[in-house]
Amino acid sequence: MSDRAVKSGLVIEGLVKEYVPGKLVLRGIDLALPAKGITAIIGPSGTGKSTLLRCINRLVEPTAGRILLNGQDLVPLRGRALRMARRRIGMVFQEYNLVERLSVMENILSGRLGYVSFWQAWLRRYPAADIERAFTLLDAVGLPDHASQRADALSGGQRQRVGIARALMQQPELLLADEPTSSLDPRTAVEIMELMTGLTASTGVPLIVNIHNVDLARRFAQRIIGMSGGSIIFDGPPETLETHHLRQIYGGEDWL
Amino acid sequence: MSSFPIRSRAFPPNWPMRLIGVLFVAYTLYAMSRLDLTWARFSIGMGEASRFLARMWPPNFTRWELLAEGLIESVQIALLSSALGIILALPLGLMAARNLAPKPLTMLTRGFIAFCRSLHYVIVAILFVKAIGFGALAGIAALTIASVGFIAKLFAEAIEEVSMKQVEAIRATGAGPAAVILYGILPQVASRFLGFSLYQLDSNLRNSTLVGIVGAGGIGGTLFAAFKRFDYDFVAAILMTIIAMIFLAEVVSGRIRAALR
Repeated sequence: MSDRAVKSGLVIEGLVKEYVPGKLVLRGIDLALPAKGITAIIGPSGTGKSTLLRCINRLVEPTAGRILLNGQDLVPLRGRALRMARRRIGMVFQEYNLVERLSVMENILSGRLGYVSFWQAWLRRYPAADIERAFTLLDAVGLPDHASQRADALSGGQRQRVGIARALMQQPELLLADEPTSSLDPRTAVEIMELMTGLTASTGVPLIVNIHNVDLARRFAQRIIGMSGGSIIFDGPPETLETHHLRQIYGGEDWL
Repeated sequence: MSSFPIRSRAFPPNWPMRLIGVLFVAYTLYAMSRLDLTWARFSIGMGEASRFLARMWPPNFTRWELLAEGLIESVQIALLSSALGIILALPLGLMAARNLAPKPLTMLTRGFIAFCRSLHYVIVAILFVKAIGFGALAGIAALTIASVGFIAKLFAEAIEEVSMKQVEAIRATGAGPAAVILYGILPQVASRFLGFSLYQLDSNLRNSTLVGIVGAGGIGGTLFAAFKRFDYDFVAAILMTIIAMIFLAEVVSGRIRAALR
């Protein structure tokens, strides 16, 4: 299968990233993901998982390589074209990254900032359809009565629900989640994963999630990618991930 | 027994600090002798002061119209220069923040802000009086420059301390640069910006009473004239009015600041 023939989904070719010249964080990642389903990326801290996700929506500049989203190479994009690409990609963050002093509704509607004009954003004159969609998403993430609360008044789990709603507000073609459950307690972590996987499945948005918790990865993902030292060293369905793979990914023996 | 020397080292003598202390005291004594700061001079001064204070009492409010006119002009100078300063400081603060603007722009803006802050506002007021003539306009111009320097500098520092995570999240939505500032930056610094502005308004109320002394409008001119004519009872009335106004402003702005939190 030639990569160029893939017009849907995400294709990454020879992605290299070095923050400091000579110190490779990503050592030539090649990856093809279909336009649906849940992919979990596991691996030790500092192995480049976050960098990989942030290269996709260009919060981090790739050093070399190509990233094709539904056939369009994202790497050479600049200015307005880059913003047009970014609004097609939703992102959920480990520490939620809500604008603390804005209301829940304003945070969710900030997912439309790539679509509305500056004046609409400033005067909060969002199109009625956007506001209706925001309320629908608030219901969907289980916060129907929190629209006018300030984001810094919410608990961690509630904040992440708003984070998910903000990302889905973009009507993205791809959802990235960078350690979305690492700051949450185990039960809330499962609830957030259920919510995220449920909402992306129902809207047909592919989800790539960086995750520390191997059990959660096995439980929710259809495909697991194991990274170590800036390279992919495992790629397959959860059933095929075995103990010796985990040893290879995380190193050491005693912890298993 | 062997632990004793270790314990004694817990608070070792700081000889450089002691030396600096001795030098400081010695220089203070030397400077006092040079400036003829003696007890005799002090007691003569105290006697003069008591005569002066006696002439200030009771304060004379009979010329209250003159007083009110000057006071209103001072308040107007303070309000106008604060408003202009705030409006100008907002874009300058954004341009001076190192995490937002390109380096040449921040350096240029920081240079301008430093220039605004480099001269005391009374000196700036004298320059404006010489350049554009006596009156409130010179006072407004001088205090506007002082306000721009103060608010823009602190505002830029506040922007440099924002959480970049919130900014990153807004950038990730595909928002343009103006929308990133609007949603990612300003909500994080808005209350501090208002705090700086209120503080500067407080300062301007106080400073606007002084620029009149150099001819730049406001109650300072009235005060200076009263001093020159030895109308010390009128001086007392003016001073009491200024103090009452500053107290009032302090209370009001304290309330507003508490409400902002």
